[in-house]
Amino acid sequence: MNQPVRVKTLKIDDRDVSGREDETILEVARQNGIFIPTLCHLDGLTSIGACRLCLVEVKGVSRLLPACVTRVEEGMEVYTQSERLQKYRRMTLELLFSERNHICSVCVVNGHCELQSLAQTLGMTHVGVPYRFPRLPVDASHERFVVDHNRCILCTRCVRVCDEIEGAHTWDVMGRGIDSRVITDLSEPWGDSETCTSCGKCVNVCPTGALFEKGKPVADRLKKRQFLPYLTMMREERR
Amino acid sequence: MTQQIAIDPITRIEGHAKITIQLDDQGIVRDARLHITQFRGFEKLCEGRRFGEMPALTARICGICPVSHLIASAKACDALLAVRIPETAEKLRRIFNLAQLVQSHALSFFHLSSPDFLLGMDADPAARNIVGVIQANPQLARDGIRLRQFGQQIIEWLAGKRIHPSWVVPGGVAQPLSADKREQMLAGIPEAIDITQRALQWFRGVLHQFSEEIQTFANFPTLFLGLVTETGALEHYDGVLRVVDSAGNVIADRINPDDYQDFIGEAVEPWTYLKFPYYKPIGYPEGIYRVGPLARLNLASRCGTPLADEAWAEFRTLERGAVLSSFHYHYARLIEILYGLERIQQLLNEPDILSTNVQAVAGPNRTEGIGVAEAPRGTLIHHYRIDKDGLVTWANLIIATGHNNLAMNRGILQAAKHFVKGEQIQEGMLNRVEAVIRCFDPCLSCSTHAVGQMPLHVQLLSHDGRVLDEARR
Repeated sequence: MNQPVRVKTLKIDDRDVSGREDETILEVARQNGIFIPTLCHLDGLTSIGACRLCLVEVKGVSRLLPACVTRVEEGMEVYTQSERLQKYRRMTLELLFSERNHICSVCVVNGHCELQSLAQTLGMTHVGVPYRFPRLPVDASHERFVVDHNRCILCTRCVRVCDEIEGAHTWDVMGRGIDSRVITDLSEPWGDSETCTSCGKCVNVCPTGALFEKGKPVADRLKKRQFLPYLTMMREERR
Repeated sequence: MTQQIAIDPITRIEGHAKITIQLDDQGIVRDARLHITQFRGFEKLCEGRRFGEMPALTARICGICPVSHLIASAKACDALLAVRIPETAEKLRRIFNLAQLVQSHALSFFHLSSPDFLLGMDADPAARNIVGVIQANPQLARDGIRLRQFGQQIIEWLAGKRIHPSWVVPGGVAQPLSADKREQMLAGIPEAIDITQRALQWFRGVLHQFSEEIQTFANFPTLFLGLVTETGALEHYDGVLRVVDSAGNVIADRINPDDYQDFIGEAVEPWTYLKFPYYKPIGYPEGIYRVGPLARLNLASRCGTPLADEAWAEFRTLERGAVLSSFHYHYARLIEILYGLERIQQLLNEPDILSTNVQAVAGPNRTEGIGVAEAPRGTLIHHYRIDKDGLVTWANLIIATGHNNLAMNRGILQAAKHFVKGEQIQEGMLNRVEAVIRCFDPCLSCSTHAVGQMPLHVQLLSHDGRVLDEARR
């Protein structure tokens, strides 16, 4: 017998809303048309709360909580748009931009990039910390795809989609802190990977120009993500 | 004592520069140099990037002529793919390149240089600009703005935007031409041709007022280099390289652009970041040559369109042999605008121009590719090497203004010798020395691939290196 679904009532930005007890603040906010920015989150993949863009304030809790992994609770009072949050979100973006070489004007996804459009939406006009300009390689050894580490923000969507949906687990993360990098297999050239099925899911979930398909002109690469909810649904039904 | 002359209106060239004029102990001009003082390093920063990004990357060298870089770069990439692009794609690229020629020449002639022709070299610098032109001859100013707009509009119709479009791609172009855009382009051409004819007539009428400038503005024998068609007609997109001498004799012909390194060397001088290309068989610095509109009209045996051919024939009667005065770059520019408009019209009327087969698809099949095209300012060379994955390992760019570097330097010296009198910089003299540079319509940000603002700065130096006078803009 199914357990009865418990419904929690709470306030987001002073609006009365309700959600199932297994839903996150982010899900309930989006159901109610309340905007919370995200980068590492993608519907259909496990949430990891890594990018910190979805941080929200909850009354009575001194620290900020990531909306994508925080479950709703009865009587919660959530604030998503305070001055402090907006400042932190812009700061997070500035740090992402300064960490690697994000040159929008010549990037393959210029105009279709989640990082770029978030910076515009959140009003990031300047980067207040010095750019690091790291020397990072481009791996074009794969027949169809390229990984450009200059544009990677380490959201690990590629790692999760490859593991959870495709089941290949070609992608992973190597190194620590600022030296972290996504790798294929045991840090071999992508073209030499024995596990990669060349399905292209990683390319389509990548929020930036870090993963892209060869052969298309700059600024003409649209990411196709319609497959993800269908695949997730099919997998769940089979279980 | 040094005296600083502040001159407020900005200079009318694309990019900025410093000129030093050296006097000997008699106070006579001994040497003059054009210094390009900044450095950008585009060739280096392209290394490690995918070759398919090169058109977009190199287009960022310049906001005035991104189209020229797109064309040369895409041609170099075609060579890496080892494909022959669809004929329609080639024709569309030609239209794109000619529209760029029209808008860039219109900018140079009407916006940057016509103030000198209309108001005189000695006019008040505060009025000697496009606003002054609007007051003195509103029709001319309107015409110039309209013509440039038309060129830019064609670029936008083809590529979606005017500056840094990403429509030209390795293997062809990204989108075919639509029938309604074609009609819009064709509808605008008669007016643009009228404007150009009017400007030509007006310019021929004022030429006699500038005989002193014609004689002294980089007027000396040099070689001329540029592309021509297989049959020797005017060419801007493809074809073969030709070199003529000052008497107009062809001294090298049908050079495959891929062999440019056998004919063009690049010398470096410690006082400027702009290199000095020279004609290798003759050596440096004797192998001085000029490129650009004047060179192209000297090289070609004909233009290949009716109105431009007429104007070209009259132009070539200016001097016996090749036309040597760089002042006539302006004249040549107008004729090339006329040619560009007529040729665009011809191409738009080709039966297959609306074909949707506009891109050849391939991976990198060669590790080295060279693309050569004629930019408004002259021959533009892009040369790349890539690794097996298609990442750029080496790049060399030779830009039109670079080819003219030797001639610009010698031209400044010639003008300085004629116009600089005494130890003070006079406004008329300053403008004339600057106008010599302006003849070449140099794009200094392009040619050094240089960054930032480089204000024009003229220094008059005594024989022992003291600064006698200087002026800044």
